[in-house]
This record gives sequence, structure tokens and C-alpha cells, in this order.
Amino acid sequence: MSALRILVPVKRVIDYAVKPRVNKAQTGVETAGVKHSMNPFDELSVEESVRIREKKSAPGGVEDITVISAGPTKAQDILRTAMAMGADRAIHVEVKEGEDLEPLSVAKLLKVAAEQHKSNLVILGKQSIDDDANQTGQMLAGLLGWPQATQASKVEFGENDSVSVTREVDGGSETLRAKLPMVITTDLRLNEPRYASLPNIMKAKKKPMEKKTLADFGITAERRLKVVKVTEPPVRQGGGKVEDVDGLVSKLKELGAI
Amino acid sequence: MATAGFTESQLTVRDAVSQLCARFPNTYWQEHDQTEQDPADFHAALARDGWLGIALPEALGGSGLGISEATMMMQTIAESGAGMAGAQSIHANVYATQPLAKFGTPNQLQRTIPNIISGKWRVCFGVTEPNTGLDTLRLSTIATKQADGSGYRVTGQKIWITCAQVAAKMILLARTTPLQEVRKPSEGLSLFCIDLDRSQPGLEMRRIKKMGGRAVDANEVFFDGYAIPADSLVGAEGQGFKIILHGMNAERCLLAGEALGLGYAALAKAAEYARNRNVFRRPIGQNQGIAHPLAEAYMRLEAAKLATYHAARLYDASKADESIRQDEIGVACNSAKYLAAEAAFAACERAVLTHGGMGYAVEYDVERYFRECLVPRIAPVSREMILNYVSEKVLRLPRSY
Ligand SMILES: Cc1cc2nc3c(=O)[nH]c(=O)nc-3n(C[C@H](O)[C@H](O)[C@H](O)COP(=O)(O)OP(=O)(O)OC[C@H]3O[C@@H](n4cnc5c(N)ncnc54)[C@H](O)[C@@H]3O)c2cc1C
Repeated sequence: MSALRILVPVKRVIDYAVKPRVNKAQTGVETAGVKHSMNPFDELSVEESVRIREKKSAPGGVEDITVISAGPTKAQDILRTAMAMGADRAIHVEVKEGEDLEPLSVAKLLKVAAEQHKSNLVILGKQSIDDDANQTGQMLAGLLGWPQATQASKVEFGENDSVSVTREVDGGSETLRAKLPMVITTDLRLNEPRYASLPNIMKAKKKPMEKKTLADFGITAERRLKVVKVTEPPVRQGGGKVEDVDGLVSKLKELGAI
Repeated sequence: MATAGFTESQLTVRDAVSQLCARFPNTYWQEHDQTEQDPADFHAALARDGWLGIALPEALGGSGLGISEATMMMQTIAESGAGMAGAQSIHANVYATQPLAKFGTPNQLQRTIPNIISGKWRVCFGVTEPNTGLDTLRLSTIATKQADGSGYRVTGQKIWITCAQVAAKMILLARTTPLQEVRKPSEGLSLFCIDLDRSQPGLEMRRIKKMGGRAVDANEVFFDGYAIPADSLVGAEGQGFKIILHGMNAERCLLAGEALGLGYAALAKAAEYARNRNVFRRPIGQNQGIAHPLAEAYMRLEAAKLATYHAARLYDASKADESIRQDEIGVACNSAKYLAAEAAFAACERAVLTHGGMGYAVEYDVERYFRECLVPRIAPVSREMILNYVSEKVLRLPRSY
């Protein structure tokens, strides 16, 4: 089996524990002065890559784990975190705050990165919790012409570059088998990401971080999509309580629901 | 807390430690406080991820960072809701090991430090004595050298020794020459790193019932001819006081950080409560009588924070910069500890009052913080002794005692 060269895209997003607020201009979520961290699904991707190496679950071993992030300078923080978790190297593609890339541009960028790094496996989060687009992995597989397995809850390796991926689907799980090179996107049940230990945080400071621009990948940040307006969801009305089944039925009738 | 001005490594430490601490929420600490149970799994979690070695040399498995980062770690722990209990459960492991790392022999270091970092052995610090208190130089616990060269026998009493029940090692300050036979009281003291082997004769300890931080034990420790081997001596015999001074300024910084953490935690709880509690059909925080004291508590904490990290920076910088005087560091570290302890006290007291009756309920945590926030005012050196020190060293006023 080929040795794995894993590419792990990661994104800096508003911390999952922060309650998002719509910005004044109603163009998106307020990001200024808000705590940011690595997209939780990307933590799963990093963790999975490191586990594949540690558990020696791929017969050919893991030759390289490269993390890549396109974003403002601050995105380097999450790249360091990923290296503290066990990634070998990082690529930071500088994109100014507010000039976010659309999923297709990210996919184009990752295609070039995967080719440049001779990656044979790309593990991405199924979505990032800011825009929740859930598109990048699929577009990337399309552009590369590689097989894809999305929403993985289990990844196993066999002989002759075969990979089995269990994925969550409505009503149960489904197992796909494909051959490297391939694209996998992660879902919450895949693993439980580790906390970086202090010695590994220190080691991560010495790991290489390449600094690039979009031009290095032959990409421009084209805008195909236009955000018209972002608003808070309407405040939910509190529900009422009923005593018993009869009460429920009469209430539903009263509301004209049945 | 405003984080402007901190270094990247301090912020990394803050981030990583708060993630770890999130696994030990306030309810964990409430429970351990009530059952007086040692937070052994918390100590183990920090050890597993290498945090106990934060300021120990890389060659011994540590991470070689400074007191600036260690202080941030202690602050973050206290601030997470772990309070002084969480901080004290590891405190001595982080700082009492500093003089050991600096003055121990290679053999001593190889034998002890990696086991302390890994969490296999916990450490306590034995200085305070019941009959001498803050007059440390007059302490009377004596380590008598055995004629056959096998080591020393320790006799005397220590008090308030945190974590002695769970520690495998004690960093002990004892006399090797009786007070009557030395020219100056600062002479004749020696530092030891000893085993606490409860199966050996001459070692007893008794837990002290206390006001706060009940999860961690504090003890009276009695030595009566307790035998320790010759190689437990750290550094030269008779130089113990000089050696321990090395750790004391570091400890002041750590404690200042712990106090700050407690203060910020209390303030956060108070502000949240003041925003959400409605009385007279409006949030209580709309009353300036509630808001202003909290705003003031915040400013005091911020000021104390600057003093604390200034002291830690001086301490770290002095390792490479000989123009930084030791007394300058001493003044900075003592001032920081004083200011942080007072700011924490003000914040914790206000937090209780802001909560009204609920401030008195265990469930709201601030009563626990309040009970704990007296510790940094008393230990390791009292407010009065810091005021004495600054009066004498900075203002050149005559010594009062
Ligand atoms: C929770 C806790 C944990 C502790 N953990 C440890 C530990 O792990 N290891 C350890 O060695 N010690 C520990 N201590 C002990 C602590 O360092 C001492 O309590 C502290 O140094 C004060 O000493 P003392 O209690 O003997 O007070 P005393 O010396 O009896 O002082 C009593 C009061 O008199 C005042 N006073 C004394 N002399 C003067 C003077 N000249 N001028 C003005 N005022 C004066 C003091 O400021 C104080 O207010 C701990 C204490 C506590 C409360």
C-alpha cells in the first residue's frame, strides 16, 4: 500500500461556545472581538490523521500530515494548534479578514495544494460552523476526480490502497469502499479530539509553517455569491403545557392543526 | 480580563489550560470542597499533558518556559472555577521544584524531576512552623547529621503544609546548625528534598480543618528522629535560606496569578448575575450601587494584573540580565502579591454581595471563592510583612520589629 500523505484543511471560525450575533450591517455574523478557534469538524480531521499514524492503521504508514488554512494572520494560531496535536507542517494562505473565500475557491485552492504536496488523502470537516455550507469536500473531490466519502464516522484501511468509510445517513449508517487517492469529510462520531499537551505545543513552535498567497496557487477570490441580508431568527414563542392526551387533542383542534 | 500585552506563549498557555480545565467544572470543585476529597484526577490530567513541567528545564522533561507563563497557567486554573483548591493541588510541584532544579545535583534531578513532572510523585513544601510563624529564620526543626555518614535525623514540627497527605516528597527547610551556634539567623539553614515515607518511624501528620480550599489537605507535620539519607540535601549545607529565596519570588508571582484568577472568576459570576437578576422589574445591575463597585473591582484587578505580569517578567528577565537587581525583583513580586490578593478580595466580597442571598448558597460558587480568597492575603507572606518590607526596602524607613 502507498504511504499516506494526508492534507488536512482547517478553518478559523467563531468558537462553538460563543453565541453568534448578526452584525450591524446585516451582512453576516459579528466577528470582531469574538473568541475564535479551530472549526470543530476540522479538529476531528486532524485527530483522525494523527490516529491513523499512531495506531498504524494504514498498512503503508503515514509519511506526512500537512495542515492548510486560508485566512487572516490569526489563522496561524489554529495551524499551530493542529501541529501541536500532531500534524507535521502547515501552510498558511493569507486572505484578508472580511475577504472570505467561497467554497468553490477553497476547493480550487485545495486542489492545487493537494497536487503540489502529492497528497493521496484529503480529510476535511464536513462543514465549517460559520457558513455551514457543506460543499468544499464534495467540490474538491469533483475537481480532483477522486472518490469521496462524506460524513465519516469510521475510517479503515485495507490492502491495495482500499479504504472503507462508514458514514452516517438518514436512518442508519452506510459503508463505502474506495481506493486512494480520495477525499473524506468528518462527522462528530468519528473520534474525540485530544487536547494538545504542553511539550507538543512547544514542539509545534519549531515545526515549519509556509506562508503563501492566493496567487501562489493561481487563484483569485472571485465572488459568485452575494449575501443579501442576514437576520436573527425570530424569537421562539414559549410552548404551552397540557395535562393529558385529551388536553393535547383539544388544544390542537383549537389551533386548527387537526 | 483584557489580554492585550501578553505574549503569544502566555496566550497559548491560557487557551490550552482553560480547555483542559473545562473538563472540571464548578460542580466538580463544589463537590470536592464539600467532601474534602483531593482532586487527584485534576492533578493527573495536568500532569498527563505535561503542565507540571511548564517552568522546568527541557533536559529533564519540562518545557523550559518561565514564571510569566507559569503564572498565567495558575491564573487560568483558578479562573476556571477551580479556585485556590485547584491551584494549590499543583502549586508546590510547579514552584518548590525551582530551587531543586537550580541547585540539585544531576543525579538528584534525574531521580526526582521526571517523576514529579509525570505526576507519579506529588510535592509539598515545608517551611512554616507553629512556634516561629513569619519569622522564618528562627525556625527550629533540626536535621542532625549522623556520625556514620548515613544521613540526617529530622526532629521538629511544621504547620500548614499543603498536600502533605498526598505528597511523596517534601521540600524541607530545616536547621543543620542550631540557632545559638550561628552568627546570623540566616545561616545554618539547609534545604532538603525528602521522601515522606509514612511507614518509617518518626513521621506523623494531622489534617487541619479549614475555612476554604477544603479539597486540598493542610497539615501539621511532626518529625521525631525521622531518618533521611545524606543525598536528600539540596545544594550546600547551611545555604538553605539563600537557595529557597530563589523560589520565593517565583511563588509570590504564582500566588498573585491565582488571586487574580479567583477575582476575575468572581467578577464574571457577579456581572452575569447582575445582568440577569430582575428585582423591581429591572436588572439589579442597572442600579449603580451594584454596577459601580463591580466596575471598580474590575479596574483593581486589571491594575494588579499589570503589576503581577511585570513582576513575572522581571523575574524571568533577570536570568539573562544581571543589571536587574534582586531587591528590585523582590519589591515587584511582593507588591504584585499584595495588590492581587487585595483586588481578589474586593472582587470576591462584591460578588457575594451582588448575589444577595444567593451569594451565600454553595450552588452559586461565589461563597466558595470568597472563602478561598483570604489565602493569598495571608500566605505565603502576610500583608503586614509585605508592608514592612516595602517600608524598609523602598522607603528606607526604620525596621519596626
Ligand atoms: C491555606 C494555607 C496553606 C498554606 N500552605 C503552606 C505550605 O504548603 N507550606 C508552608 O510552609 N506554609 C504554608 N502556609 C503557611 C503560611 O505561609 C503562613 O500561615 C504565613 O506565612 C503566616 O504565618 P503564621 O500563620 O505563622 O502567622 P504569624 O507569623 O503568627 O502572624 C500572625 C499575624 O501577625 C502579623 N505579624 C507578625 N509579625 C509581624 C510584624 N513584625 N509586623 C507586623 N505584623 C506582624 C502577621 O502579618 C499576621 O497578620 C499555608 C497557610 C495557609 C493559610
